[in-house]
Amino acid sequence: MADDTIPLVELRHATKTYGRIAALEDFSLAIESGRPAITAIVGESGSGKTTLARMLLGLVAPTSGQVLYQGRDLHALSGTERRAFRRDIQAIFQDPYGVYNPFYRVDHVLTTPVARFRLASTRAEARNLIEDALRAVGLRPEEILGRYPHQLSGGQRQRVMVARALLLRPHLIVADEPVSMVDASLRATILGSLRQLNQERGISIIYITHDLATAYQVADNIIVLYRASVAEAGDVELVVRAPKHPYTQLLITSVPQVSPERMWLDEQRGGQRAETAHNGCKFAARCPVAMPVCQQSVPPLFRIDSRRVVACHHYAAPGDVQPEAMASVFAGE
Amino acid sequence: MSASILRVERLRVSYDHPLGSVRAVDDVSFSLRPHERFGLAGESGSGKSTMALAILRLIRPPGRIDGGEVWLEDQKLSSLSDDAMRALRLAGIALVPQGSMNALNPVLRIRAQIADALGDHGMSLTQRDLTARVHDLLGQVGLPPAVAEMYPHELSGGMKQRACIAIAICLRPKVIIADEPTSALDVVVQRQVMVTLARVQQALGAAVVLVGHDMGLMAQFVDRLGVMYAGRLVEIAPIGEIITSPRHPYTQMLIATLPSLERKGMMQGIPGLAPLLRDLPPGCAFHPRCPKAAEICRAERPVLRNLGDQQVACHFA
Repeated sequence: MADDTIPLVELRHATKTYGRIAALEDFSLAIESGRPAITAIVGESGSGKTTLARMLLGLVAPTSGQVLYQGRDLHALSGTERRAFRRDIQAIFQDPYGVYNPFYRVDHVLTTPVARFRLASTRAEARNLIEDALRAVGLRPEEILGRYPHQLSGGQRQRVMVARALLLRPHLIVADEPVSMVDASLRATILGSLRQLNQERGISIIYITHDLATAYQVADNIIVLYRASVAEAGDVELVVRAPKHPYTQLLITSVPQVSPERMWLDEQRGGQRAETAHNGCKFAARCPVAMPVCQQSVPPLFRIDSRRVVACHHYAAPGDVQPEAMASVFAGE
Repeated sequence: MSASILRVERLRVSYDHPLGSVRAVDDVSFSLRPHERFGLAGESGSGKSTMALAILRLIRPPGRIDGGEVWLEDQKLSSLSDDAMRALRLAGIALVPQGSMNALNPVLRIRAQIADALGDHGMSLTQRDLTARVHDLLGQVGLPPAVAEMYPHELSGGMKQRACIAIAICLRPKVIIADEPTSALDVVVQRQVMVTLARVQQALGAAVVLVGHDMGLMAQFVDRLGVMYAGRLVEIAPIGEIITSPRHPYTQMLIATLPSLERKGMMQGIPGLAPLLRDLPPGCAFHPRCPKAAEICRAERPVLRNLGDQQVACHFA
């Protein structure tokens, strides 16, 4: 078991640019193995959510800054360490169709990691491991094993992916839009499985989504990204129930609610996406409460209460927070 | 009750399959009043998109309409020739398709695509008039005139969906059918597109059928909602009634699946899976998943009954 004081995975001032476009800018986050939590990353298309996921998984290298696994730069890992990293951090992707080879039985995605990481010494042991993992996500092994992908529903396929991640007993699961292609009736079940893995098995989860409501339901902490930077982050209860950043407020009022009050179609402000001056707040051009200073300087992260930071000049306070202090904000320290 | 603008009567759609034909839409009836926004909700496979295509007579083999009628005012659509039906699409009933990403022609500028639609319906305009018309349509959906000269790949998802709305309204249809028009969009953009759709609908005095599975969107947009399950309508009611007092257990559960932004722990799944259409359970198709199911539900298929201004197909409603 790793040292609890060293974060399991850490992004330090990570920036990824494609040409002149920044996909993620100066982003820092530490996932501590001692405090398994569910952290939601929320933002619109192009906000940098998926780049962040791919960086955590080691699939994309930052243009500048670092990705560390147990305190060591991903570049510098030895072969053995890299294997440990590959096992310790598992991914669940959006499309529960695309990850399967239609010519193989579903068993294939489960037996491969067992063989590759030598998780079992006998066939019977492997079978037990796989059946346990399937049951842990609420599936009946006899209804899953031996079938082809097209014989399962989207929800079942996605839960098999959660079971596959679970097999490897990871410390972190990065789930990139895991329920956006699944029917509403199945979303709750899949997200419930993730919550259960976090609580019962102590697995940290990064839940990447554009859906604020499921983020609120499942996560402990939330990071709201706007165009490659953090707009607001902290305790999910604070950020969703009492959002401070004008962008977070816009996001939350944009969610259509099942309610007899029908205010949603009333014209809103701040909706139009617009270009911004290079050196100001990225949200200024859309912001209903922008001030002159917003056009001139980039707002740093202000810590406005013990468990939340906001990048907005309206909350300017003495002493801004360095991005790498995010973990202490989530912990309320 | 005012006269209806669109009437669907006992419509049935089947798909032929080597293992036997499958009924995707079974005996569905509803009507739309002028200016009304009507929603069709259900899980994937419930038949809601097939329904939308069937209204437009766009079902292709192996699918076929094998019963029922669709009326647009006093016109019976099944009696129209293919050419007449083709002329009626867009001019009488227009479709805003799901996934506007693929609905536009990638190699034509937006202006040319609108010109195509107008030309197909016998409108020949001078270049000058066409430009004015295109700019006017784009303006109605909140797009700048410059979009006319752009290709689809130069537009964002929200802009593409607005361009599709501009095409849909170019002949001032009486009914707009929108099939999950915002399913691929972010919430902020989704709201802009729906505000745009509501605005053009009002300006046109058209009725809208919104097909989708997001009960939040339905709650905020439609006046009345039909809930589909396994190809049949199980409840039709004014949206306020659906939200405050849904009668069918499936409607109740569909609403409970929606995650709340107000309270934690309110989100529930619906146990079990939607049934296979070629192997429907006897009696009420929902009974295997229904908490209230009793003997009668396994034996007898409930029909839609009128309960005040709600219609419900449940033995216990």
